[in-house]
Amino acid sequence: MSAVIEGAKRMKTGAERYRAGVLKYAQMGYWQPDYAPTPTDVLAVFRISPQEGVEPEEAAAAVAGESSTATWTVVWTDRLTACERYRAKAYRVDPVPGSPGQFFAYIAYDLDLFEPGSIANLSASVIGNVFGFKPLKALRLEDMRFPTAYVKTFAGPPTGIVVERERLDKFGRPLLGATVKPKLGLSGKNYGRVVYEALKGGLDFTKDDENINSQPFMHWRDRFLYCMEAVNRSQAATGEVKGHYLNVTAATMEDMYERAEFAKELGSVVVMIDLVIGYTAIQSMSRWARRNDMILHLHRAGHSTYTRQKSHGVSFRVICKWMRLAGVDHLHAGTVVGKLEGDPNSVQGFYNVLREGHNPMDLSRGIFFEQDWAGLNGVMPVASGGIHAGQMHQLLHYLGEDTVLQFGGGTIGHPMGIAAGATANRVALEAMVLARNEGRDIWTEGPQILADAARHCAPLKAALDTWGEVTFNYASTDTPDFVPTPSVA
Amino acid sequence: MKITQGAFSFLPDLTDAQIVKQIEYGLANGWAVSIEYTDDAHPRNVYWEMFGIPMFDIRDAAGVMSEVNACRKTFPNHYIKVNAFDASRGRESVRLSFIVNRPAEEPGYALVRAEGPGRTIHYTTRAYATERPEGARY
Repeated sequence: MSAVIEGAKRMKTGAERYRAGVLKYAQMGYWQPDYAPTPTDVLAVFRISPQEGVEPEEAAAAVAGESSTATWTVVWTDRLTACERYRAKAYRVDPVPGSPGQFFAYIAYDLDLFEPGSIANLSASVIGNVFGFKPLKALRLEDMRFPTAYVKTFAGPPTGIVVERERLDKFGRPLLGATVKPKLGLSGKNYGRVVYEALKGGLDFTKDDENINSQPFMHWRDRFLYCMEAVNRSQAATGEVKGHYLNVTAATMEDMYERAEFAKELGSVVVMIDLVIGYTAIQSMSRWARRNDMILHLHRAGHSTYTRQKSHGVSFRVICKWMRLAGVDHLHAGTVVGKLEGDPNSVQGFYNVLREGHNPMDLSRGIFFEQDWAGLNGVMPVASGGIHAGQMHQLLHYLGEDTVLQFGGGTIGHPMGIAAGATANRVALEAMVLARNEGRDIWTEGPQILADAARHCAPLKAALDTWGEVTFNYASTDTPDFVPTPSVA
Repeated sequence: MKITQGAFSFLPDLTDAQIVKQIEYGLANGWAVSIEYTDDAHPRNVYWEMFGIPMFDIRDAAGVMSEVNACRKTFPNHYIKVNAFDASRGRESVRLSFIVNRPAEEPGYALVRAEGPGRTIHYTTRAYATERPEGARY
């Protein structure tokens, strides 16, 4: 490497550093390859695609600068601050395996750059101005590491997996749900009918879809009243605790609080919000849910606009971490086998981030950093979108036990009716859990276990006959970049 | 009706051999198995009576199963469930729970509606059986 380029990367100091004019970001101190991150630093890894002629180290320094203290030119007012401390430091740049022109840039941020307990503040820094920065063709936030000191400034999920199970009195199996379909157009009375049939048939939860709010065909109060009639009828019919995710998403916080209060008054155990309401609104609803003993379900509406393409945006694993901090109890995180995007390794990475108390570095699942959750409650991942009873062994294998499996079409589209569809899913699930616990190899014996269970359950037989062969085999776009058993050390 | 609490209520009643395998699964995970019974299986009755304390020190499934049978003998017409408790940090809760005995007849629940303003209804779920005193319900 030429001396000129080396010079462009070297940090300048003193009067030379603060002479009016423009310096490379690396020269301003945002590239520090010798920097050792401290245990209290917030860490981020970005996938950067520099423009032609831009050195990766300079691009990484620019990301560090623009996401912390820098602007495009030297300012003397830096010297009124402890600016060496406040500068984010790009400390490492690695080529992305198999992707020429892309690099992983590791950046360390001092803890005091962030307001405690605020996802809005965190995200305004790390995905604020920097994503439109011209020297980069594309930029993606791949992962973050939060120090315990920062994690402890968040209250986290208001209920958590363990307490949710205790409140519902449901242990040892995934929970079952379904989204009411058609998602738009049903009157309140007809909508509640779907809820009643599905819950009575064996589901634990039913769900409003992301865009069911308060439309001309069904006012929100009507929906809440009919749904709670259905929930209570099904509880009395089965002796089980049931719930319907009442979507309180609305135009203003005032409207959302009004709807959530009404859900509470009617005795609902759960309310629902959409990701598009924004991080601050999510944190406000989390506080409300914590004060009111309410499970808070988050539908990730809108996320694929920025999570799906690998070159630009924010990885969903980062959204998972932010939402665990922000404090939701349920988050849709992929199915692996269903109709929506989801590579098995990436999805398992999301599930681990949501559920585990501690995540080791696991590049094969896209986890770049060790993360200790410091006692923060776990989030129940929700698998929803194009799944059916015939995939039960695959779902249990990939997703494990602490998850909500949501069969919308796979319940409501059943040839014998909605309650039969629910029963088919519940029987398939219980048979598969029983077999797994008995030590059977459900991955290979799964279809036989389902066929055997269908002998005492006509609805399951009909479900297997209708959907048994349906698969969605398309290549995923959001896959980990590392082959199994890698090491970046 | 059939109360469908527990992990396996949608399957045909488990045989003793199947119950033993589930107990073995719990013990293999290091969980403590316990037995509870009730004649008030309201969906929000979280405190069923304990048939002894959780068997923290019994590590063979046959020993647990003999306790299940002792409970069945004492309370043949009650609901009985087997729980497996995980005391590890971050869980400290039940990991598996399933019903192993139930009354011959399950009359189910009435739903009582108290109508309030604005079309609101407050619901009470009341078991027909609990109109009679404890111990004389099934």
